[in-house]
Amino acid sequence: MASSTSSVITLKINGEKHTLPVDHRTTLLDALRERLDLTGTKKGCDQGQCGACTVLLDGRRAVACLQLAVAAEGREITTIEGVADGERLHPVQQAFLDLDGFQCGYCTPGQICSAIGMIEEHAAGWPSAVTEDVRPEAGPPPLTADEIRERMSGNLCRCGAYVAIVEAVARAAETHPDEGHATLAEGTKETVA
Amino acid sequence: MTAVTTGTTARTASVGTGHTRVEGRDKVTGAARYAAEVPFADLAHGWLVLSTIARGRIRALDTDPVLAMPGVLAVLDHRNAPHLDTDYTGMLGKPDPTCAVFQHDRVPHLGWPVALVVAETSEQAREAAEALVVHYEQEPHDVEFTADHPDARPVDGHMPAVTEKGDLDARLASSAVVVDAEYTTPEEHHNPMEPHAATARWDDGRLEVIDSNQGVTWVAGELASLFSLDPASVRVRSEHVGGGFGSKGVRAHQVAAVMAATLLQRPVRVVLTRRQMFSLAGYRSPTAQRVRLGADADGRLRALEHRSVSRTSTVHEFVEPSAGVARVMYDADAHHTANHVVRLDVPTPTWMRAPGEAPGSFALEAALDELAEKCGIDPIELRLRNEPETGPVSGLPFAGRNLAACFREGARRFGWADRDSRPGVRREGRWLLGTGTAAASFPAGAAPSTATATAHPDGTFTVRISAADIGTGARTALALVAADALQVPPERVRVRIGDSDFGPAMIAGGSMGTRSWSWAVKTAAGELRERLALGADIPVEGLTVRADTTEALGALAPAERHSFGAQFAEVAVDVTTGEVRVRRMLGIFAAGRIVNPLTARNQFLGGMIWGISMALHEEAVRDRASGGPVGADLAGYHVATHADVPRIEADWIDDTDPDDPVGIKGIGEIGVVGAAAAVANAVWHATGVRHRSLPIRPDRVLSAAAGARDA
Repeated sequence: MASSTSSVITLKINGEKHTLPVDHRTTLLDALRERLDLTGTKKGCDQGQCGACTVLLDGRRAVACLQLAVAAEGREITTIEGVADGERLHPVQQAFLDLDGFQCGYCTPGQICSAIGMIEEHAAGWPSAVTEDVRPEAGPPPLTADEIRERMSGNLCRCGAYVAIVEAVARAAETHPDEGHATLAEGTKETVA
Repeated sequence: MTAVTTGTTARTASVGTGHTRVEGRDKVTGAARYAAEVPFADLAHGWLVLSTIARGRIRALDTDPVLAMPGVLAVLDHRNAPHLDTDYTGMLGKPDPTCAVFQHDRVPHLGWPVALVVAETSEQAREAAEALVVHYEQEPHDVEFTADHPDARPVDGHMPAVTEKGDLDARLASSAVVVDAEYTTPEEHHNPMEPHAATARWDDGRLEVIDSNQGVTWVAGELASLFSLDPASVRVRSEHVGGGFGSKGVRAHQVAAVMAATLLQRPVRVVLTRRQMFSLAGYRSPTAQRVRLGADADGRLRALEHRSVSRTSTVHEFVEPSAGVARVMYDADAHHTANHVVRLDVPTPTWMRAPGEAPGSFALEAALDELAEKCGIDPIELRLRNEPETGPVSGLPFAGRNLAACFREGARRFGWADRDSRPGVRREGRWLLGTGTAAASFPAGAAPSTATATAHPDGTFTVRISAADIGTGARTALALVAADALQVPPERVRVRIGDSDFGPAMIAGGSMGTRSWSWAVKTAAGELRERLALGADIPVEGLTVRADTTEALGALAPAERHSFGAQFAEVAVDVTTGEVRVRRMLGIFAAGRIVNPLTARNQFLGGMIWGISMALHEEAVRDRASGGPVGADLAGYHVATHADVPRIEADWIDDTDPDDPVGIKGIGEIGVVGAAAAVANAVWHATGVRHRSLPIRPDRVLSAAAGARDA
């Protein structure tokens, strides 16, 4: 199958190996959606601007539209179809469902994959643009609502479900073994009045 | 046959209690399939080619080299495309010829569809589409929208263009206080997260289109008319829709897909790119508005004029009726409103969430705030003093107007009573702080719809209606309405939507979807329950009752029917960087009975976030030289993201509509209305500077600050 414009590649997706010929122009996003019927990863802009196609590459957030399929060989690819534990939803999925962290649902797989990656990044001590103390010895900052908003801002939601998304991410993060519960509760419970 | 009782034991009503979305699990697991995600064997991919000039004619298309490219199956253009009939009146009026692709060689705007390239794969189709050379005969274009454009003229649209009572000049001259201000809002785009997508195929003599739209029977009817087909031979399905906001009707992609599927006799999918959506999906016209208010010293309005100019294309007339909001909100002895439109060489605008009300409420509610300042009256008190008894233009009674209650509840929760009315006096570090408020209204209506309710022998029920769930939670809301009508738990009710074979129904639009559909669903389900209570047998295939609300709706007495709301915002402005941050926001709404509080709150908040976005971020800039949009993508066109949205709250007061079987009014749009004005009024309160042009960009804040320093 290999030619000057196509190659046979093997992608490891959600723990499963898929071998397929691809046009070299094929993005990881189109390979997932049009070749492997993994349509949970969404195409919102195809330009890396909206975050709807966010997947995890070796555990880190990446937009699948800016990744060529041939360049994803050898990476551990996790899509929305692979984040639940069988029938048991991932805590982030469950929180989105329970707290209504979506409306039309099209940005949702990207938001969820992004949140999963973001919670890990935070637990690993990565600072964000709103982190006050960025010294390595300061450790992870409290995962306040502002921290979540800043870290999730690569994922657009045109329906405007942001309020519930932030609540859902905060709730899910509470169940993460490396997250401090007290700071979370304090930082995310906000009222207007 | 089994006789099933629906149960007579009193049970808690489902309507009014929070339920997670019935399709929620599918959406959080990625299992929910949207229009471009339904697999078909032998699928071909179409890619639209759009014009690169804003006005002129197509002289030639070099299709031969493209047809020789790998995988290319066909190129459709005006020379070989099937004829379409556009001389008909559809469910929402005459069709916008933008959807009638490839019928002539004229180019009326940049981004006009000139060809469709169809290939075996999307990569092949895209490359071939980009390789297609089109030769044009270019003509000078005019895309410059101005308030005083000489061609602007009054146009009706879906309401009369002009209403006039009283002697405006005389009343303005005799008013103690006068506000005369001009406001502008920019071109705004819906940008639903899911791009428009359709797959068309012929299946056993029927045309089937898997589409992303806001009304399947509407789109099916338009396609039948355009292609001169028997309506019964067209089926449109739209199970999950990734947002619409007014943009998802009949458009170029469906029509092109049907043409190609017909020509090739295989399934063809056409998906718009994000960039193409800026030309082909409709948008909100920019507006230039002038508001003149004349009042007594105590703030009572004696004169009100609201004039708005919007623009449309040269091929279709669409009016952004921004002056309409004044016909509902405030009365005056002299009351003049007018919507004018100018035709330019631009794409046709369309309905976009709160059409008319969104830009109109910005101008009117900002003008009210200016009047409050001039009169030295609290902005809420000013509005309460100007509550009309009846419709200011229609003279009809209001079927519920709970605006005052919204303001009272909102003021209490927001802490409005402690507000120092002076502008520009609250400082916190580099920030100036301010608060603002505005009123909101949106029409409440219902349109004829049909639905069926079926009882099954196993004690479950199925409701079928060609409704659309574009993120509103309609599917879940209808399950709750049906459950109450049947007096069963909602878990026993399946709701099937998004299939034109279910019969005619209202679209998801005008904040009328859930109300219109609920009326039909409750009628069908209620009648089914009665028949079961009388001991009707349930055959194996189920017992089905069909309802049509046409007659019931015709019997509604004329009245001013609207939802109302009060918006509150607190902003922080850094006048040295120009940055404006919304710190908190509260909206209190009187919007009929709330069917599902969980999803309704989300939808209200989403509307308010649209208001933040409109006030501070959204603006499509049109390049005078090319006639096209600059930065036609989500990097160039900013919509609010997580970091732009602070703690905001939405709530509601009891406002059950007495004339609706469920008490619904509709909540899809009112969250947007007044929200941008509340933010703009808060920016004035923070800085002492009025921003009458949206969005309130950093450069505008900076130049306003510089102007204030120089003054």
